[in-house]
Amino acid sequence: MTVGLPFNIPFLAVAALISISFIIILTQRNLIKLVMGIVIMQAGVNLFLVSLGYRTGGIVPIFTHAPEGAMVLPVPQALTLTSIVIGVACTALMLSLIVLTYRHTGDTDAEKSRILKG
Amino acid sequence: MDSLVTHSSILAIAIPLLAAFLTPLASKVGDRARNTVVIGALALAEFLVIILARDIYLNGLHVYTLGAAATDLTIPEHYMVPVRIILEVDAMSVFMGLITTTISLAGAIYSISFLKQETGGDRFYTLLLLLAVGMLGLEFTGDMFNFFVFLEILSISGAALAAFRTRFGDATEGGFKYIVISAVGALVVLFAVGILYAQYNVLSMAALAQAIQYTALDKIALALLVVALAMKLASVPLHMWAPDTYSVAPAGTTPMIYVASQACLYGMFRVLFSLYGVSLDTLAIGWIVIVLGVLSMFVGVTMAVHQSDIKRLMAYHAISQSGYMLLGIGVGLAVLADPQALASYGREAISGGIFHIINNALYKGLLFLTAEALFFSLGTRDLNKMGGMFRNMRYTAIFFIVGALAISGVPPFNGFTSKLMIYESVYNFSPVLAVIAMLVSIVTLASFTKAFQSAFTGPALPQHDNIREVPKPMLIGMGILAIAIVFFSLFPSLVVNTIVTPATDALIDQAGYIGAVMGGA
Repeated sequence: MTVGLPFNIPFLAVAALISISFIIILTQRNLIKLVMGIVIMQAGVNLFLVSLGYRTGGIVPIFTHAPEGAMVLPVPQALTLTSIVIGVACTALMLSLIVLTYRHTGDTDAEKSRILKG
Repeated sequence: MDSLVTHSSILAIAIPLLAAFLTPLASKVGDRARNTVVIGALALAEFLVIILARDIYLNGLHVYTLGAAATDLTIPEHYMVPVRIILEVDAMSVFMGLITTTISLAGAIYSISFLKQETGGDRFYTLLLLLAVGMLGLEFTGDMFNFFVFLEILSISGAALAAFRTRFGDATEGGFKYIVISAVGALVVLFAVGILYAQYNVLSMAALAQAIQYTALDKIALALLVVALAMKLASVPLHMWAPDTYSVAPAGTTPMIYVASQACLYGMFRVLFSLYGVSLDTLAIGWIVIVLGVLSMFVGVTMAVHQSDIKRLMAYHAISQSGYMLLGIGVGLAVLADPQALASYGREAISGGIFHIINNALYKGLLFLTAEALFFSLGTRDLNKMGGMFRNMRYTAIFFIVGALAISGVPPFNGFTSKLMIYESVYNFSPVLAVIAMLVSIVTLASFTKAFQSAFTGPALPQHDNIREVPKPMLIGMGILAIAIVFFSLFPSLVVNTIVTPATDALIDQAGYIGAVMGGA
């Protein structure tokens, strides 16, 4: 019924997302883009966790009246849910700090909005 | 009383967490009610950690399984591995817990008068309590996923606190740097946890430690964990955020954010000793930790010498002092696989490093508070604009002297005791490292002499005539730490024997850590 995905596509996607996010974080000077990089990284790590628990052809892990067959692992899903919630809090805080930085310096460029030095 | 001891580990986390969300409600009644809730919750947490510590020193490691029929039922019936959330508190964890609660209490008391000139006090205390919860949880947890969760709680509340004085542009910048570093670090930790879970299907540290094979994937996970935690503890070359964040964080919370980075240091040691332990190539990893330590010590202090912003100066010293801990414990890790070397100087090195964590939390905390007291009274952090403050702020000056002498390792202060332990043991391992450590200590003394001279002695500046001593709660906050320093200086062997040696033994004893959860391993 369900066909296994070839070439471990989810894990390749994870590798691609995390590489892209690292490149963004290391090269971009715009603070908003930096936050975007971190959000892409969150997506990559969350996808990694969910893919870990996935079993090809697996069923929903609810024991009551469960049909025969392998179940998808529930633990990584619980972890991912927690991680998403934390990620939202983190992103919200980062964006609000960027708003404040913009108010103080009129810029969201990492070099131009810099006050602290040394 | 027995049931209080049994549940003390979870209560020490739950009570400040509950109080964090009670604080905004209590603020509706009044500032006094709010302060009572906050100080009461932290004092209660401190009390719980103390009775927990006493129980651990008498009866050994403490395990608490959440949601189980009995709290020590770590592995449910018909299961092979622990599936519930487990708190695993050994002498090392509770040692960090003692530091955390003491510094948080001092910081909260100190913040009372600071808040009179700020708005949003209820939210400030919510964040402060959440920061304490994050640290305690990080120190007490027994599984890798909650390690990540508490790391994030600590990071988000720490960053929000650092940026609390949003009317200053530099505060938002310092907070932003902290949250970016923390978010990336925590995601890297989560990725590493995912790698470990993929191989062994467990999250409990003890179960992981038992199963770990040290495969290529485990090595990648170790590298990710060490890099992420080194970033969080501001070890050179990943220290760039620390001076910015420490220098802008408001009064009372700077020591807490600093202790939060020490909690990440603890996390790193927990990963190295308890999770990987002797399965590591300990000599190579030990040397990596030593190199991180020496770099932090040396670069930190050389950057500190020419700073004119007093909090920035102290932030660089904080980085430099973390280097001593990494050095001491790195030497211990390097000889972990060699029982003879471990007995002759390895344990001493680890004890020195651990003792330095608590000494440093006390005197560095005190110094951050005195710096903030100067900022509170003068409105500037620039040392060149200060002078002659000894006349106006006598108590602050005395507290500053106590802290400065302790950090420079002048006998008989507590900094001297732990540094001596590190020098002696590290000398047996490699004399060059001990010489570098002593050199750094001398430069530290020079730097603090300069800072003291610019701030407190010299001619009084005319614009400072009206400056008076800081209010009482600030003095009490500083006083708690100063008294602790004097006590630690007078009775070093008592402190070492009571709390430091058990922590060292707990850190080395990986089999005990695994056995407490997995049973008879």
